[in-house]
Amino acid sequence: MTEYLIKNGFVFDPVLGIRGDVADVAMKDGKIVETNAVKNPKVIDATGRTVMAGGVDIHAHVAGPKVNIGRNFRPEDKLFNTRPGRGVERMQGGFSVPTTIRTGYNYARMGYTTVMEAAMPPLYARHTHEEMRDTPIIDQGAFPVFGNNWFVLEYLKNNEIENAAAYIAWLLRATKGYAIKVVNPGGTEAWGWGLNCENVHDPVPYFDITPAQIVKGLIEANEYLGLPHSMHIHANNLGNPGNYTTTLDTFKISEGIKPKGRFGRDQVMHHTHVQFHSYGGDSWGNMESRADSIMDYVNSHDNITIDMGQVTLDETTTMTADGPFEHHLTELNHLKWANSDVELETAAGVVPYLYSPNIKVCAIQWCIGLELALLAKDPMRVFITTDHPNAGPFIRYPRVIKWLMCQEAREQQLDAFKHKDKVIDATHIAGIDRELDLYEIAQMTRAGSAKALGLSDIYGGLAPGLMADVAVFDFNPNEPYVPDDIENAFSNAEHLFKAGVHVINNHEIASNGNKRTLWVDAKVNENPQVMRDVKEKFLRYYTVTLNNYEVSGHHYVPNPYVIEVDATQ
Amino acid sequence: MNTVTLTIKNQPGLFLEADSISPDTLAGKKTDEITSLPVYIGREEHRLGDFFEVSGNAGATAADTKIIVKGDLSRVKYIGMKMTAGEVVVNGNADMYVGAWMAGGRITVNGNVDAFAGTGMRGGEIIINGNAGNYLGSAYRGDWRGMSGGKITVKGDAGSDLGTFMNGGEIIVGGNVDVHVATHAEGGKIIIKGNAKSRLGGQMVEGEIYVFGDIDVMMPGFAYREDVELEVDGTKGLFALYEGDLGERHRKRKGQMIYGKLYQLIRP
Repeated sequence: MTEYLIKNGFVFDPVLGIRGDVADVAMKDGKIVETNAVKNPKVIDATGRTVMAGGVDIHAHVAGPKVNIGRNFRPEDKLFNTRPGRGVERMQGGFSVPTTIRTGYNYARMGYTTVMEAAMPPLYARHTHEEMRDTPIIDQGAFPVFGNNWFVLEYLKNNEIENAAAYIAWLLRATKGYAIKVVNPGGTEAWGWGLNCENVHDPVPYFDITPAQIVKGLIEANEYLGLPHSMHIHANNLGNPGNYTTTLDTFKISEGIKPKGRFGRDQVMHHTHVQFHSYGGDSWGNMESRADSIMDYVNSHDNITIDMGQVTLDETTTMTADGPFEHHLTELNHLKWANSDVELETAAGVVPYLYSPNIKVCAIQWCIGLELALLAKDPMRVFITTDHPNAGPFIRYPRVIKWLMCQEAREQQLDAFKHKDKVIDATHIAGIDRELDLYEIAQMTRAGSAKALGLSDIYGGLAPGLMADVAVFDFNPNEPYVPDDIENAFSNAEHLFKAGVHVINNHEIASNGNKRTLWVDAKVNENPQVMRDVKEKFLRYYTVTLNNYEVSGHHYVPNPYVIEVDATQ
Repeated sequence: MNTVTLTIKNQPGLFLEADSISPDTLAGKKTDEITSLPVYIGREEHRLGDFFEVSGNAGATAADTKIIVKGDLSRVKYIGMKMTAGEVVVNGNADMYVGAWMAGGRITVNGNVDAFAGTGMRGGEIIINGNAGNYLGSAYRGDWRGMSGGKITVKGDAGSDLGTFMNGGEIIVGGNVDVHVATHAEGGKIIIKGNAKSRLGGQMVEGEIYVFGDIDVMMPGFAYREDVELEVDGTKGLFALYEGDLGERHRKRKGQMIYGKLYQLIRP
């Protein structure tokens, strides 16, 4: 394999603690190595440029059945937005629900090399893996959803943590999944009865268990197994005025629980797209930001990480395994709605949405997302996301970085809001003059997210031994710049290496890479009861047999990266 | 106003995507520049001059440019797409998407047009002196933003699904129409001087439909309200007013519920 040496760039790497010093980065056999370990490297001159590790996205919806429902029912998303194949680049299309090919390329262009699919319905794991397989360059893993799963509800109702853990281990193996995802715990199942769970103590009909019990049980099962990532939650009551109390109640469930396992993460709960969960007021008329209360809690509790879910003010496609929320949304905006119920497991919905700068609520949402990041005391625990495509497409990350780094850019956007004064009254952003630096951005997009995923031994930094995932951006932090220079540079990496392969050369896609699928193989003691329950539920309720359920073989996961966990003691 | 004449000399084997044929694209260009404008067959790029004999220079702006397209254009799509000003005259039959997303200016077709003419139209005028195909003045597939302004006049008949997701502007059809009129409409006005078949105003929230001839089957979601004297596009008469679609959500304005309105001529 070719050796590379990236010379004289301004390096930002929280793993090595390098804050923009001029340094060289060497790569050999797909790994970062000491600079004296390369003999005859190909040299990339990065003088006057920014060098970082490849980005790691902890939460995006980029593969699977609901993404494909979005693609199918939004042909207008591809209107005037397609590009024929050219050279090694394959045909691409779409904006908020791009094709798999464009998904891989656009992440690479932003310097990202690892992306987690945030909600995989287990029954459709095969489809999800087929899409990930067809997404070039980036390494991916997928989080199966557990928060409304009948097995989980039954085990946790009886506080059977060991059985829940054995089922989780079996399902992760069966679906080639990466982590425990929870979406509107209990609420999506309650919707089958025309109900929802609006707070953590609102019982799930029939199962007679509360969201708080589900969340606590899944955290305990996660730590029992010692999985790489923590339990990853989208809490109840998403998107409603006054919901910040539900979010704080959800946070509090993690109190007193410490992480276990060998993966070096500090959190036991990752709460995703917190922007959608930080609303005060009790109606759309008086809805206001409570990002301050939320960040007071996050800043003072080490065992929680969050991501932003930043609204980007675009036309996008919302999609979530929170079925009742999507129905609520279509009643609000009267745009088309699709729903997909997944038997014993989950129910997703899809609705297009226009975040307009002329609508007060959308502008307040924009402020709240940025406030979360700007009020963060520890950027290793607060990550940049747009909950792609829910709050906006992932291709806007460079714009989010611009807003976080430049108060001038934020003021320009505030000035462009139709209801500027009302928006400022309902939020805190006008009083925040913090401007993040590139080191903090590297924490929020690389080192922090890799650590929270339990992947800090392979991704997120430039220390020797880590994967050779390196991005070079045409941005000189020591020269004067205007805000848009940041967005332009981070939208269009000059060079990108993925596992030591030069995938972007001089801003052009040069290789489709050799993408890998990460999954977690957790070994547990034999558990005949759980295996009997699995067989019985499949016979009684599922529309498919076990043989047509499991993800196996080269077809679905041609290039796996298996993380083994031993929980047999 | 300068005139550019395009005469088709080679028929494409498949279909030609020629959104270059628009006053906005031609503005400021000389004959030889117009000849080398790109057109597409599938993913293959060709030159306009490969299929058309080009004569004349365009005006400095779109408003100063008139394009006359001659010959059998039944395999040429997107004539006048997204134009904002100027004039296009089509002497022949044209394929799909004539004047789609048009915002201004005028298109006159002395022949028939295929489907999707005036898709997502925002302003300007389309006059079709023959018949129109399906989806006249509708929204693009999947989109909820149909025709929102401007005027389309068809001398002959129109096909099915006209004015789908319409929310402004006016469509006048001199002849008959096929099924599905103003489906999902939230505004706009459709006048049908001939007969209509069925499913007029399905899921209609707001807007107006006028039918001078027969309606084979009325939607069950429409209820008769009253007879009203009206003058519609020069025709005075007594119309029966129906309101609907009662199965759909409706806004209130000044305390009054707003419905889609369907007027059928009882006697002139």
